[in-house]
Amino acid sequence: MTKNLRVKTSKFIDETYKISFKFNGTTYYGYKGDTLASALIANDIHLVGRSFKYHRPRGIMTAGSEEPNAIVQLHNNTSRTEPNVRATEIEIYEGLEASSQNCWPSVNFDVGGINNFLSPVLPAGFYYKTFMWPASFWEKYEYFIRKSAGLGKSPTEPDPDIYEHKYIHCDVLVIGAGISGIMAAKTAVKNGFKTLLVDEKSYLGGSTIYQNSENFKINNQNSNSWLEKEINEIKKLENLEIKTRTSVAAFHGYNFLLARENLTDHLPFDQKKNKTRHRLLKIRAKKVITATGSIERPLIFDNNDRPGIMLSSAIEKYANFFGVVCGKKNVLFTNNDSAYETAISLFQKGIDIEAIIDNREEIDSRLIKETEKNNIKIYKGYTVVNTSGYKRISKISIMQLSKDGQKVVGPKISIKCDCLGISGGWTPAVHLFTQSGGKLEFRDEDQVFIPKIYPSNQISIGSCSGDFTLDEILSNIPKKLIEFLDIKKTDYEDLEVYSSYNKSKRNIWLLPSDKVIGKTKPFVDYQNDATAKDIKLALREGFRSIEHVKRYTTTGMGTDQGKLGNMHALGIISETAGSKMGELGTTTFRPPYTPLTFGTIVGRNVGEYFDIFRKTPIHEWHEKNKAKFENVGQWKRAWYYPKEGENMHDAVQRESKAARDSAGILDASTLGKIDIQGTDASEFLNRVYTNAWSKLAIGKCRYGLMLNEDGMVYDDGVTTRLDENHYIMTTTTGGAATVLGKLEDYLQTEWPELDVYLTSVTDHYATVSVCGPNSKKIVSQVISDLDFSDESFPHMSFKNAKIGKIKCRVMRISFTGEHSYEINVQANYGKSVWEKCMEAGKKFNITPYGTETMHLLRAEKGFIIVGQDTDATMTPIDLQMDWIVSKKKYDFIGKRSLYRSDTIREDRKQLVGLLTENPDEILEEGAQIIADIKKSPIEMLGHVTSSYYSPNLKKSIALAVVKGGKSMMGQKLIIPMENKQINVTVSDPVFLDKENTRLNA
Amino acid sequence: MFIINCPYCGEREQSEFKAGGEAHIVRPKQPTELSDDQWAEYLFMRKNIKGIQFERWVHTHGCRKWFNVVRDTSNDVIKAVYKMGEKPPTK
Repeated sequence: MTKNLRVKTSKFIDETYKISFKFNGTTYYGYKGDTLASALIANDIHLVGRSFKYHRPRGIMTAGSEEPNAIVQLHNNTSRTEPNVRATEIEIYEGLEASSQNCWPSVNFDVGGINNFLSPVLPAGFYYKTFMWPASFWEKYEYFIRKSAGLGKSPTEPDPDIYEHKYIHCDVLVIGAGISGIMAAKTAVKNGFKTLLVDEKSYLGGSTIYQNSENFKINNQNSNSWLEKEINEIKKLENLEIKTRTSVAAFHGYNFLLARENLTDHLPFDQKKNKTRHRLLKIRAKKVITATGSIERPLIFDNNDRPGIMLSSAIEKYANFFGVVCGKKNVLFTNNDSAYETAISLFQKGIDIEAIIDNREEIDSRLIKETEKNNIKIYKGYTVVNTSGYKRISKISIMQLSKDGQKVVGPKISIKCDCLGISGGWTPAVHLFTQSGGKLEFRDEDQVFIPKIYPSNQISIGSCSGDFTLDEILSNIPKKLIEFLDIKKTDYEDLEVYSSYNKSKRNIWLLPSDKVIGKTKPFVDYQNDATAKDIKLALREGFRSIEHVKRYTTTGMGTDQGKLGNMHALGIISETAGSKMGELGTTTFRPPYTPLTFGTIVGRNVGEYFDIFRKTPIHEWHEKNKAKFENVGQWKRAWYYPKEGENMHDAVQRESKAARDSAGILDASTLGKIDIQGTDASEFLNRVYTNAWSKLAIGKCRYGLMLNEDGMVYDDGVTTRLDENHYIMTTTTGGAATVLGKLEDYLQTEWPELDVYLTSVTDHYATVSVCGPNSKKIVSQVISDLDFSDESFPHMSFKNAKIGKIKCRVMRISFTGEHSYEINVQANYGKSVWEKCMEAGKKFNITPYGTETMHLLRAEKGFIIVGQDTDATMTPIDLQMDWIVSKKKYDFIGKRSLYRSDTIREDRKQLVGLLTENPDEILEEGAQIIADIKKSPIEMLGHVTSSYYSPNLKKSIALAVVKGGKSMMGQKLIIPMENKQINVTVSDPVFLDKENTRLNA
Repeated sequence: MFIINCPYCGEREQSEFKAGGEAHIVRPKQPTELSDDQWAEYLFMRKNIKGIQFERWVHTHGCRKWFNVVRDTSNDVIKAVYKMGEKPPTK
């Protein structure tokens, strides 16, 4: 291992704990505390990946979550593989394997690098422009575009890790544990607020904690020592929860935030086992204090993307925190004072600086004087115009800036280097603030957007609010906290702060070059390879809105969401278009702030926990008897019961025949059941159903059709009058919840004067339906002390009865057209009643049937299924169900809509039966129906809604909706299929027993 | 996800509720007397304001009660909640 790139031992790195890891197949070593990036730099590796479009070699640019370039694939070809992991964030552990992305065959020799030389013909919008024509070629283009799209590879195997969600409620949430966040958390806790402090890093203290400099002092101590004491103090506080490695992904309205707590990503494999990997925190905070700090800006000049070009603050962090030297020949390039902090830090560590290039001409500050003492050459009023070095920067060229900063003048000077630190000032990290709906304002003096209007009970403090110098931050925090938390005082009003930072800055969004812009590559968005040239091209082509320019050039659309370059893109647009930055606004920052894995989002809701499912009380019997199940809403319903060697068709044909020939039994427990009571119950039913209900006798059942106010069929079912003021309504299985909701809506909001109470009792009753010519013999055996004669117990009536000691309600109603009974018992007796019926039915070959047979049997009778034969565009008239629409009733839900100009049209789609010319041909549900194949364009008349082969009629039958179908009886139509046309005849939708004789058989 | 102060249960998460569209649209007492246009006005026409909007909400996963909400649709701030049948706040 290369030890020579480590400097003085850092207290954040444990050099006694050596860790080996692999990068692109080679084993390297680092120490506990290292990130992958710091360990790679310590091994003198800067080239980490290739850029997205031009495949240019790219290195580590930053030391944090804003990293655009150094993104890697972890554990390639395993179930734990993960793409687009920022090398600057992942902490190394024993066994870590990382590899470069977007390069083939290797990061050092990448075939796609040819794109770099083709770049003059790959401008912004290249794909949009080139692949537009001829249109028929799109399929061929798409293949190649798909191949070159995307960074990294997604895993192909199930994720072996465990994830979970957790709700947290707190008085105060502090985001960011830098100096501002620590002060805020301590103040909040000391004033009695239950506080949560989170930070995306593994340690507390932000950037202050590793800035050991005589130039920043608080109460006569170096700022880092002062902060360390504060941190030690808050760690002892009760009522404060501290979560590190926890990054806030989203800040929604009403102070609802999502954060990802990373629990095991930094641990070796043997310690990851059986532990939750990520926890998604759903935080509801009464008050939110955002202290997310700021992100250093790069500078935009020709070839500003080579490996070895890094943010100046990152170089400082690698030296101070990780004890790692980024280069042997270091040059800094800046437009403000903060690069001088880096210079001084490096000097303290004994690292040489070759030169500092400063955009500013006249500069004078304590930091600069301090720097000059060390005999560093400072080029004042200069800019970098170009860089060289393919896989690592080797040289820069600099020239003097003209007075207005628009041109370069004078001779070109070359400086050799292997590391260039750049600093374009700081951008407040306002992402979370704007996500929450906050409005920004633009501060002209230093060209930054800062929070202006807070949409909820929140505040931004520290550098994310635009306070950049230590004295500004420390003098503003107490004031802000006193007001925001409504408290008397903090511990921080009387701090003595000594800060050397000078705020002067020479902001030039796109630095001038000696070449014309068309010949340069000044990258604005590193990850997506968007250059200043692309942005200017977009503007020339007429794009004006920042949102459009963003999408056209893909600026800010990478996995880093343009954390580094977005401001420069805005600046370049504003300069080129001549509009003011403040008026231009920013693009929308959307969650998540840093990418989340799907596992984190899904949590424990995987496999059988993906969705709730409901089982009937008889489910166990169905399972034991090998039923196949079908999902109906959340219910698992028995679909059919195949016997050995039977396929679905065989089973359904057998079940259907048995039900009509002798006896069938169906588990109908899933039907929605609503208990309706109250003195106005009859009036209520009158208003919600299309037919009349007031005269229904006690003990009688009636079928009802429910419409929406627009006249379209909404639900149907049988309702029984149990007593004077007591009904039980059944609904479709899928409609149970929405019907109850709709009825409640009308009761509470339109007819509050009605005395009616609704209760869902779907789960309280099990329903066993026995049908067929032998049903009476079976049911009368199970319920022995009941008169089953047609006189006493006719079709569409109900009886209270007992099976042994068990109370039950028996309805003689039928969805199959057969003589049949529905036995309703308290749910926990459901299975035993079912078994009793099976036992009693043995000698009649009682056959359990599932939903498929139920559908077939009712189709033979032309009974509709709401949601299959209807689709919210069908009125009862369209369904040929005029008989159920009361002409006498003054009003019911949907009545007025039945004679709107649109609903009385005669060419509406109407329900009809279809019979195929060949009786063995079964139509496909959903197939289109036409009349004339030669007409162009072909007119679609409708479609098939239900289709079966009827074993009882020995022919294929189908229900369909056809335009003007009611007047087309007997007419021939065509179903065009892929390879054939099927001839059909329009028929009555009732195929079997039109006279209903079987009901009383 | 916002917090709604149910007039019957108190403050609860938005996920417990369902929105029910614009409030104070009264179902006509005599639908049969209305022209197609008048009926269509009741049936289909709804306001979609950026700003203060009067809405119906129901506490689906709670007390199942319907009530009214005054919400600023531009920032989701709820200005008032009141029961069905109560007069909307004037300020």
